[in-house]
Parts: sequence; C-alpha cells; structure tokens
Amino acid sequence: MAVSRSMTSWLYISPLMLVLVPFFVLPILVVLVASVFETDGFGGLIPTFTLANYGTVLTSGLTYNLYFETVKFTILTWFFTLLLGFFVAYFLVFHVRNPLLAIGLFLICTVPFWTSNIIRMISWIPLLGKEGLINSALLHLGLIREPLEFLLYSGFAVVVAYVHQLTIFMIVPIFNSMARIDKRVVEAAIDAGASRFDIMRLIIVPLSKSGIALGSIFVASIVMGDFFVTKVMSGGGSASVVGAFYEDISVLQYPGAAASAIILTVILLVMVSLILRSVDIRKEITQ
Amino acid sequence: MAVLRGDIELAGLTKSYDGVTTVVQGINLRIPDGAYCCFLGPSGCGKTTILRMIAGHEDPTGGEILIGGENVVGLPPVARGTAMMFQSYALFPHLNVRDNIGFALRIRGLSKKDRNRQTDAMIEKVRLTELADRLPAQLSGGQQQRVALARAAITEPRVLLLDEPLSALDEQLRVRMRLELQRMQRDLGITFVHVTHSQLEAIALADMVVVMDRGEIRQAGAARDVYATPRDRYVAEFLGGQNVFAGRVDAINGDLASFASPQMKHIAVPVGSAPVSTGDTIDIAVRRDDVGLVRPGMDVAADTSWLASRVLAVEYQGNFVKVMLDATGTDEFIAYIPERTFFRDPYAIGDVVQATWPSHLARLLAKTTALTA
Repeated sequence: MAVSRSMTSWLYISPLMLVLVPFFVLPILVVLVASVFETDGFGGLIPTFTLANYGTVLTSGLTYNLYFETVKFTILTWFFTLLLGFFVAYFLVFHVRNPLLAIGLFLICTVPFWTSNIIRMISWIPLLGKEGLINSALLHLGLIREPLEFLLYSGFAVVVAYVHQLTIFMIVPIFNSMARIDKRVVEAAIDAGASRFDIMRLIIVPLSKSGIALGSIFVASIVMGDFFVTKVMSGGGSASVVGAFYEDISVLQYPGAAASAIILTVILLVMVSLILRSVDIRKEITQ
Repeated sequence: MAVLRGDIELAGLTKSYDGVTTVVQGINLRIPDGAYCCFLGPSGCGKTTILRMIAGHEDPTGGEILIGGENVVGLPPVARGTAMMFQSYALFPHLNVRDNIGFALRIRGLSKKDRNRQTDAMIEKVRLTELADRLPAQLSGGQQQRVALARAAITEPRVLLLDEPLSALDEQLRVRMRLELQRMQRDLGITFVHVTHSQLEAIALADMVVVMDRGEIRQAGAARDVYATPRDRYVAEFLGGQNVFAGRVDAINGDLASFASPQMKHIAVPVGSAPVSTGDTIDIAVRRDDVGLVRPGMDVAADTSWLASRVLAVEYQGNFVKVMLDATGTDEFIAYIPERTFFRDPYAIGDVVQATWPSHLARLLAKTTALTA
C-alpha cells in the first residue's frame, strides 16, 4: 500500500500528538477561551469576547508587586541551585575517578526525591522554627539571646525550600553535558599550561552551557509556576503570581484567573525562548 | 657528548596503575635532539603510557625522564617544554581555529594583538588561513590534524609528542599527512616522539623506531636496521616483510648451520659467532623479496638455500606479485616476486615450486627475550 509522504510524517509524530493535544493544547485553549469570557459572579461563565479581564490584571499594581516577588524568588533560587548544581556536577564528573562511584553518588543526589515534595518542605519547619534545632542550638551555645526570626516563615525559608527541591534539576542536565566533555580536551588545556581556574572558565563552563540553560529553564519555570512553597514557607508573608490566581479560583473568578494564567504562560515562553537563543539546545538532546 | 635541549632519556622508566601489573617495565632509551622517533607496537604494549609520562599527563611509578639533561618527573607539561598532540586531536569544540591555536598564548596572558600576530603566522604555516574562523566540527580530518599540530607547535616546545596522529584519517589522507608531519618536523627542527601501531607509518617517518611488546622494548634503532635486520621473531613478524620459521640444527659447518628435518635439508643459515650448537631449535628470517621461485628439477646455484613447496595463493600487487607457499608447515611463507619476473613464467595455484634464496641473506633471530640494554 502506498502511503503518501505527508501521511508518513503525520504517522511519525502521531504518538507525540496523542499526548500533546489532549494534555497540553486543549487545556491551554480552554483557559484561553475562559480568559475572554465574562463571569456571572457565581462561577458561571458568560460566553462573549472581552479583554476586560486582561485589562484588570495588567492595570493592577498588585500584579506588578506579585511579579516582583516571584521573580525575586526565581532569581535567588536560580542563583543558588546553579552554584550548587554546577559544583556538584563538576565534582562528580571531574574529581570522582571511579565511574561506578560517580553513578552511585549521582543516585544519592536523587534520594530526597523518594519522598513527596510537601514532606521535604515541611521537614524544614522543625529545623528552622523558633524553637527549631538551629535556634535552640545557637541559644544553647550562647551565640544569640533571642531566637532568629528570619529562619522560618520568611523569604529566606522560601529560598531554602526551593533550593532544596530544585538543585537536582540543575545537577542532572549539567552533569549530562559535562560528562560529554572529552577528558583529552581538558588534558590539552593542561598541556597548554592552563590552571584549574582557566580550565573552568575557558573550557568547562562554555562546554556546559547547554546543560546550564536546560537546568535554568527547569528551575525558573517551576518556581514561576509554583505557589505552595511560597505560601507555606513564608507563612503567608509573601504572595506569588500563581498564588493570586489560585485565590481568584477559590472565589469562582475563573476568567480573571485564566487571564493571569495566560499572561504568566506568555512571560515564561518569552523567558525560555531567550534562554534557548543563547545555546543550541538541540545539540544537547540529539547528540 | 653534549646534552642538547631536545634530548630525551628514559632511565628505568616503570609504570603500574594498580601495583600488580606493570604496563611499562623499566624502559631505558635515549632519543637524540631533533630526532623523529616512533614507538611501534600493538595496543596495550605501553607505548601511549610512555608518551603520556614524557608529556607529564601520567606520573611514572619508578625511573627518570630526562629532557635536555634535566629530570622532569613531577613537573607540569609547560615546565617540561613538551607539547602533545592528542589522539583524535582533542580540539576545543567551542573555539574556532584561531582561538584553538592561540589558546596557549591566551593562557600566558599575551595581549590580543601579540596573540593574533603569532597565531596568524602559525595558521599560515599550516595553510589554514581561509578557515581561521571555522569551528573544529566544520573541518575535515586532515584540517583538524593541522590545527592540532599548530596548537601544539605554537608554544615552541623542544619536544612534540604525537599520540596516534594519523589513525583517525582515511588511507589516502594518511599518506599525505605523513609527508606533512615530516615537513613540520624538519621546519621546526625539534624532537618528535610519535606513537603508532602501524609499521608502515613508523618506517616511513622515523629516524628511530622503537618496537615495543608488553611494556618492554624489543628493538630500537634506525628504521632500516629494524626492518632489514630484526632482532627476534616478534620484531620480524610485527614489521612484516619477512618469512620467519623455526628449525632444529643438525650440523654447523664453518659459520653455516644446517637442519635435520627432511623438508629443510637444503637450507643453510649463517650463525656467525652466535652461541648455537647442534640440537638447538633456532628461528630464521628470510626477507620475502629475497625469495625467488624456480620450477622443480632446475639447477640451483651453490650457496643457495631452497625449499620444496606448493603454491597456495597468488595475489597481484601491481609492482610485485605476492605468492603464498605451504613450505614450512605452520608458519606462512611468502615470496614477493617482481611483476615482470613473475609473468615471464607465471605459477598457478597448486604448482610445485622451489623457493630459493642466497644462503647468506637468511638471518638467525635471537630467542624471544626482552632487550635489557
């Protein structure tokens, strides 16, 4: 049976389409449609076309405050996960000589993921709390008189929880691109007289760029799209973009929430495309 | 003799990775300044390990490495004045040709202007000027090799170390690049140490060939000496071009030994002053191009050895014909007959022939033991 060329191409991508269309394209469309509807105030939607929902979101000073908070947490989390992720990956790839040991240590990095996100986050509370381990230890040692307040239910606690949850998303792609660096390339640099710092700066960082970009996308999109960690760890002190439209949903303001969601999606898409512009991610995936 | 800056001396050089097996076993060798030296041997014979120890990418377990009379063990590569060209080149994949070649200068902190001036001169030398802005992945194998060579040479080393520099290239390019290496070595006038498993490459390039086996040197010397007068069976077989076979000595007349087995009764081999006595089993080598073929029953000149045999296969090689014979049982026996001579009276498979050679051209081989010089 002769199948036309375009038909075969469609067949090739059909498994992906079967997943993407119902689980990604359709929900986005539903949200997009809802964002231009009006609400009757009781959870019902009035089919119409209005940009008023976007207008409300974009003109509210609250939106900009929320974005400022969320971007702040994103940048802090990104910075610390990158720092940790890069050096953990570097250690595993270039300092652990025995490949079996490297894989073992790599697996240990994933151990925290054997428990749920929420448990991992909540487990910080007895550690950071007012009567938590850190505060009582410092009090007993006489280093402080009053318990440190900033440890829990603060921006600090939010960043700690995010970094704890997301460092692995940096380690994996950076490890992956570092593991592909030919050891002889590093030796060639040593041969040319490069110091350890030179090698890091001129060879390893540029060659891990795609891994760094991939990890950054993971971390940034997760933090931007999360509200739960911010809510719990800040003790309600900090709000987040997603947290705000979660509130809208709980008061049945679906169109407003949908408009916020679309705006966030667009912002994330712009961010990701900017990151992708700086590196050739296709190389990382296909090689 | 004065020690020159590019002289290399290896003294009792030993390497063991695990403390149990030694991959390099007490090597002693002197490579003169400005020589083109090839380490030749099968994979796993320790030749690359020796190169990496000279380069400073591997520490010896024991022994000394002297370059220009100075012990360099423990020094970093730059302090040794060596540069290495890596197998499959190990070019920096994210840097273009110019930055690859100028990398060492950048490390030394040269200003961009000085760096580019020196780098461009080197780029011109290896004829890559038009490709200076390309990335390594956009270059052919031969061009990559030239970049690697230029990158190694730009530091003006006194010794250039090359690890299988031609193995990534196809046959035709390999021959061209061989010439290029030779030209570079003459231009730079520095010591080249080249590791290869190809005997063709080694004898074509080297002033000095070092044949290695399991961490030991079997023979070291000029290419022609090693090829024409191999020391033992291993060297003869590895370099090829020789028929090697064993026989038990029946009698010694003057300096000629003769053999007991009926098949070898017409063979005589000069033994010179070697300690060979009746009853010993000795290895003999006869160059394949020294062997001639005659029809049985023809007269054979005096002082000529011969073997009766049958033609197993004939391979036309262009300028000569390779005739395989079943003369010596287990060992293969091959005659390289000049093309014109062969076709005057061609032999067919299955023909009975006599393989002949002047007795004085056969060589007695040393019993296979390591050279302990």
